[in-house]
Amino acid sequence: MAERRTALYRLGPVLAVALLAGPLLCGLAGTVLPAFGYLPALGGRTLSLDPFRQLLAEPGLARGAVLALTTGLAATALSVAVIFLFVAGWAGTRLFSRIVHLVSPLLAVPHAAAAFGLVFLAAPSGFIARLISPELTGWERPPDLLIVNDPAGLAMSAGLAAKEIPFLMLIALAALPQIEVTRTLAIAASAGYGRMAGFLLALWPRLYRQIRLAVFAVLAFGTSVVDVGVILGPTAPPPLAVQVTRLMQDPDLSMRFTASAGALLQLAVTGLALLAWLGLEHVGAMLRRQMGDRGRRFRRDAPLRLAGLGAIALTALVTFAGLGLLALWSVAGQWPFPDALPASLSLDSWASAASRIGQPLWSSLSVGLAATATALAVTVLCLANETETGRRTGTGAALLIYLPLIVPQAGFLFGLQLLFLVAGLGNGWPALVLSHLVFVLPYVFLSLADPWRALDRRYEAVAAGLGKGRLAALTRVRLPMLTGALATAAAVGFAVSVGLYLPTLLVAAGRIETVTTEAVALAAGGNRRVIGVYAFLQLALPAAGFAIATAVPALLFRQRRALRGGASSQGR
Amino acid sequence: MPRYFAAALLAAFLFSLPARAAEPDPSRWDAVLAEARGQTVYFNAWGGSEAINAYLDWAAGELARRHGIKLVQVKVDDTANAVGRVVAEKAAGKDSGGSVDLIWINGENFAAMKKQDLLFSPGWAEKLPNFAYVDAAEKPTVRTDFTVPVGGLESPWGMAKLVFFYDEARTPAATLPRSAKALLDWAKANPGRFTYPQPPDFTGSSFLKQVLVELAEDPSVLARPVQGATFQATARPLFDYLDALNPLMWRGGKAFPQNYPAMKQLLADKEIDIAFAFNPAEASSAIAAGELPDSVRSFVFPAGTLANTHFVAIPYNAAAKAAALVTADFLLSPEAQARKQDPKVWGDPTVLSIARLDAADRARFDALELGVATLPPAALGPALAEPDASWMERIETEWKRRYGAAN
Repeated sequence: MAERRTALYRLGPVLAVALLAGPLLCGLAGTVLPAFGYLPALGGRTLSLDPFRQLLAEPGLARGAVLALTTGLAATALSVAVIFLFVAGWAGTRLFSRIVHLVSPLLAVPHAAAAFGLVFLAAPSGFIARLISPELTGWERPPDLLIVNDPAGLAMSAGLAAKEIPFLMLIALAALPQIEVTRTLAIAASAGYGRMAGFLLALWPRLYRQIRLAVFAVLAFGTSVVDVGVILGPTAPPPLAVQVTRLMQDPDLSMRFTASAGALLQLAVTGLALLAWLGLEHVGAMLRRQMGDRGRRFRRDAPLRLAGLGAIALTALVTFAGLGLLALWSVAGQWPFPDALPASLSLDSWASAASRIGQPLWSSLSVGLAATATALAVTVLCLANETETGRRTGTGAALLIYLPLIVPQAGFLFGLQLLFLVAGLGNGWPALVLSHLVFVLPYVFLSLADPWRALDRRYEAVAAGLGKGRLAALTRVRLPMLTGALATAAAVGFAVSVGLYLPTLLVAAGRIETVTTEAVALAAGGNRRVIGVYAFLQLALPAAGFAIATAVPALLFRQRRALRGGASSQGR
Repeated sequence: MPRYFAAALLAAFLFSLPARAAEPDPSRWDAVLAEARGQTVYFNAWGGSEAINAYLDWAAGELARRHGIKLVQVKVDDTANAVGRVVAEKAAGKDSGGSVDLIWINGENFAAMKKQDLLFSPGWAEKLPNFAYVDAAEKPTVRTDFTVPVGGLESPWGMAKLVFFYDEARTPAATLPRSAKALLDWAKANPGRFTYPQPPDFTGSSFLKQVLVELAEDPSVLARPVQGATFQATARPLFDYLDALNPLMWRGGKAFPQNYPAMKQLLADKEIDIAFAFNPAEASSAIAAGELPDSVRSFVFPAGTLANTHFVAIPYNAAAKAAALVTADFLLSPEAQARKQDPKVWGDPTVLSIARLDAADRARFDALELGVATLPPAALGPALAEPDASWMERIETEWKRRYGAAN
């Protein structure tokens, strides 16, 4: 029996590699070969460096690459800093769990919707300007100010951070129960340390280790994001990922070669950003150690705690206000500047969407559920195999799993599309699920891996001591104890699947419409009412997912406070 | 596993040999109609307009009823995605049974697909029964798409003409510029109130072409491919103009709207005073959709503005070519064209010659009311021809170097 079970676990990494290797290797081949001039369908039959030469001659390329680096790093640093300030300052308090409940639904908001919300709020023609005009400002028309699309990418960094903070918060939340916040802080306090300093010295390294992969994902996403870059980023020149996408969409098909070279450059830039982040980690750790060695207690940290609270509150406020504005626009008639509210309301946009959204909603739901369930099963098998063998998933396999997160979609999808065509997988539902899996699996893995590895293995030792087999230890001890993390991972994976646009369009050849393909196609028309309606339709499914993920542990473990997955119980 | 996939991919690259089944022949129309019955047409068309999507829903109903064809609109945010799909299929050796049956296209995308032999050929469009009504005399762009001979590889669907609009509630009509030169003077008097979508966006590039055609000393060279030496000399007036205009633009020329809808929104938000589109009925449609105030009106440059035609084409490997032919023919029918021109439906001008229609069909067009902001055809001014596509590429690159790279 035991033999068979280990064999089952060993299937995990094998399945992960099998499901990901083909798509990834083909995806990369479909980018690397054209980048070096090889793509017979477009007349490229010899290898050459011409695509790179053409790429380097692209005006604004260097600046776009620098922008990708700076906005990605800035957004990540800002998100991590806010998470640190807030968790260090407030974990274990009642306010903490209140705020967490408030902020975590924001994770379901699609990036593009959050970015549009920010534009509707903060642009010179946005809601804030409308509120104070013309009374305070005298503006009868919007001032000519470069607030969004600023050349330095500040608006873009802020918009990204507003979306990434809830994500990191959720990941951190899943990790908190395992680092014994209250007891450790009590010990630090008894040694005279202020709360923030105590957390930084005693708890932060343990927490950060558990959210580190998610931070890498945030950084990779931030350096290669397209939609947020288009909506909030600089336009002359835009960040690299936007430039690459434009090249890929150039009507002159020979630009596909240049675009592929650009995709490789994007990969290098993302790699560079990760290296830079590793450097920052070292510097941070060094500073932290020096601080510990000096032994200052930093007892008066109230301003810093308030800053953390303020930053989180601002994040929530801005995103909720943005959503409110999307909702208002979705029912607005004429709404000229500087009116604070629309002159008339209408449900026309909702009515026309309602008549044809049923099928897309169902496709999103079924594909998302299938991809998430598969990803969850594969991840659990992989991690169970780790527990069993005591060996971490090999670097090769780990790299494979995380590759889809760091390879820019624009370049990698052409090869993916080729694979599905060559392998005769068609453009139906199974093919779509398989392609979604490539993007869902990494997120499920990174959401679950750290909590899984951090769970105290002595619980299983106790189970073994009580005569339980390894399977029973897994299903009756480990998995139940990780219910919160499992539900979170599933919700994250589901949200990723629902949000996929290009893979869905390209693999299913438009045969399967999802809420996101509908939303993106219609958003191309720029009608704010339609954007508002579809932002909510796109948000509905992931929001339901996260709501269920939050509710499940709470319902299942009404009697078991420490398992409710939140830090809510820690302070009492 | 990986090795198998890599081998398959390699095989696909190496052995992409064409294989042709018997193709439908539009000169034997009854056979085409018979073959088309029961087929499904996947029509890849920009999905950004609810009005256009609704029009295609109507067309789908009619095609199902009359010809037993199922028309499915694959809504894309960019035609390039559909073109890329055909490229991928060719790369994978899928030379029949492709997933794109009909594609909404013109200009550079058409030129690229034609050059790469990605289109159903030989020419079929002029053999469609309803092509007899097409106005090739008055509308030469139905046969030359951005100077590229169409050769029947795509079927005309609608006409486009560059039209400007403004809000008469805040901009007096008398102050409006009536030429590119006058527009520069207007911008000096109204700094920050004009912009154009960032090239290579289609509408933004069209504005550059409009200025190029107006200012070029010898516009006849624009009809031919760019010769190395002539580019600098011919394009200099354009870039001198843009150098002067850029600091006077919205956001000081440091940011640009990304496409036409974004520019339209800027007009609605009172950020800019003049916008432009490639459809004379666009302002009326936007008013009807509540996107622009009903005080918006159109104007043109009396010396002429750019005009072109948009088409539907069939990829070389389409799975349902017969039904795609029938669909293209239906879209060309007087009934479908008249409905499309109705500003309450879409407002896209017809490619047909009204004079050639019989009385009943002519009445359909006569019954159409122009929208409140639409100029009558006689007031649209002369049509300027599009420059050769090679000019566009050079100008877009030069534009990016000067204004798109923040030097």
